[in-house]
Amino acid sequence: MGVYEIIFWFLTVMALSCALGVILSRNPVNSVLFLIATFFAISGHYILLNAQFLAIVNIIVYAGAIMVLFLFVIMLMNLNADTEPQKNRLVQIAGAISGGTLLLVILAALRTSTITSLDQTSTDIGLIKNLGKTLFTQFVLPFEISSVLFLSAMIGAVVIGRKETEKTA
Amino acid sequence: MQLDIAFIIEKVLLISVILLGSLGIAMYATWAERKVAAVMQDRRGPNRAGFMGLLQPMADGLKLFFKEEIIPDRSTRFLFILGPALAMLTAVMTSAVVPWGPDIVTENGVISLQVADINIGILFIFGVVSLGVYGVMLGGWASNNKFSLLSSIRAASQAISYELAMGLSLVAMLMMTGSLSLREIVEQQHGFWDAGYFTWNFFKQPLGFFIFLVCAFAELNRAPFDLPECESELNMGYHQEYSSMKLGFYLFAEYINLFISSTVIATLFFGGYNFPFMDEVAASVSPILFAIICVLTLLTKAICIILFFMFIRWTLPRFRYDQLMRLGWKSLIPLALVNMVITGAVILWVIK
Repeated sequence: MGVYEIIFWFLTVMALSCALGVILSRNPVNSVLFLIATFFAISGHYILLNAQFLAIVNIIVYAGAIMVLFLFVIMLMNLNADTEPQKNRLVQIAGAISGGTLLLVILAALRTSTITSLDQTSTDIGLIKNLGKTLFTQFVLPFEISSVLFLSAMIGAVVIGRKETEKTA
Repeated sequence: MQLDIAFIIEKVLLISVILLGSLGIAMYATWAERKVAAVMQDRRGPNRAGFMGLLQPMADGLKLFFKEEIIPDRSTRFLFILGPALAMLTAVMTSAVVPWGPDIVTENGVISLQVADINIGILFIFGVVSLGVYGVMLGGWASNNKFSLLSSIRAASQAISYELAMGLSLVAMLMMTGSLSLREIVEQQHGFWDAGYFTWNFFKQPLGFFIFLVCAFAELNRAPFDLPECESELNMGYHQEYSSMKLGFYLFAEYINLFISSTVIATLFFGGYNFPFMDEVAASVSPILFAIICVLTLLTKAICIILFFMFIRWTLPRFRYDQLMRLGWKSLIPLALVNMVITGAVILWVIK
């Protein structure tokens, strides 16, 4: 077992156990911290695949910005384990059924797919130059459409924020 | 994948030297800050411990180490300890991608004065900076104190707001350099004057530099943007409940951040280790001496920028919080966007 395998298995175990920690921990702040650790493990996988740009963008955008906002909201609402509301039985059953269906779908998909062995030959697809060229030539239409989507989400957020200030003023 | 023992030893040595160096400089930055404040306010400043108070940082450190460590009863214990640890960790991590000097070519091989030359150097710095806010946020929340919580929320929103303008101001510069690797950016600024214009990025991107500098003040929580530790509104800020060396780590991480970000500014905009007539100097002295001169050049630039940060701190009054947000979102971000458009137009039609 070489260094590559050791790092791969370490990151895999870390990602899976931290992901379990997200849903199993009672305190929402701990959940957020576990989620951040999961992002780090996934970024480690990206680096193993020689996709440094994806790895660092994953950290900047998800761990550095989005999770800060999550933490922000949780801290402001002061959610603690003892204030967690008891969910009603119907919601619990609905959650179990929908989660179970998702599990079935994933299992069915995994059963038919062939699992290839770990390929260690390095590729340059994930480097920023190749990624940028691919995004702006082959995939330029979906790329621009998704940017329009982000813009509309941003405008929507501004509109929602505006209404609230006018009411209070 | 083979492990190269000599390579690991070389890197470990380099990392330890850089770590100890930044700790030492950060220590004396606290002394310099008090001396600068004293000079600007017509006082003497620390002058008891040693000549000119030069032993004052040691005395402060010892005092903090020997103080009683208090962890508040109703705090979240693990996060309370994790906060200062994270602050310290993210403060020193940025130094990994800074090129401290040129490669030293000897008969035994090439020694690089950079811990890691990754091709996304600037993005790495952004990643670490964006993580830096966790130390403050977790510490402030875990203290279970309303003032600390308010302060950490201020710190987080301030950091996120100013990261945007910072990134946009750098995009314009990256359009000119065409590379994200800090080593390549420094090598493009070789010397001082080339082909009829300055090589340093400061002269190519003055507006970008200005925006970056203002954002650096905000990211470092330094006056005039030190809202998270605004004494008149929040008592002491996010480290109110901290005592002993945990408080020391928070204060110390701030000065390490100051040093590292001054180095990054010098690297990005003021040519890093490059200086005028460096080719003539390189031809006349040995490679090792030349490397030392280069490192000293970078340190001198960094120290000048640190002093500039200090002059500003003791000159300008603190902003109000809404003014801070308005400046970030309504002035700096549009300005950075305009700078980006101008840069694009210049590259497209003037330089080609």
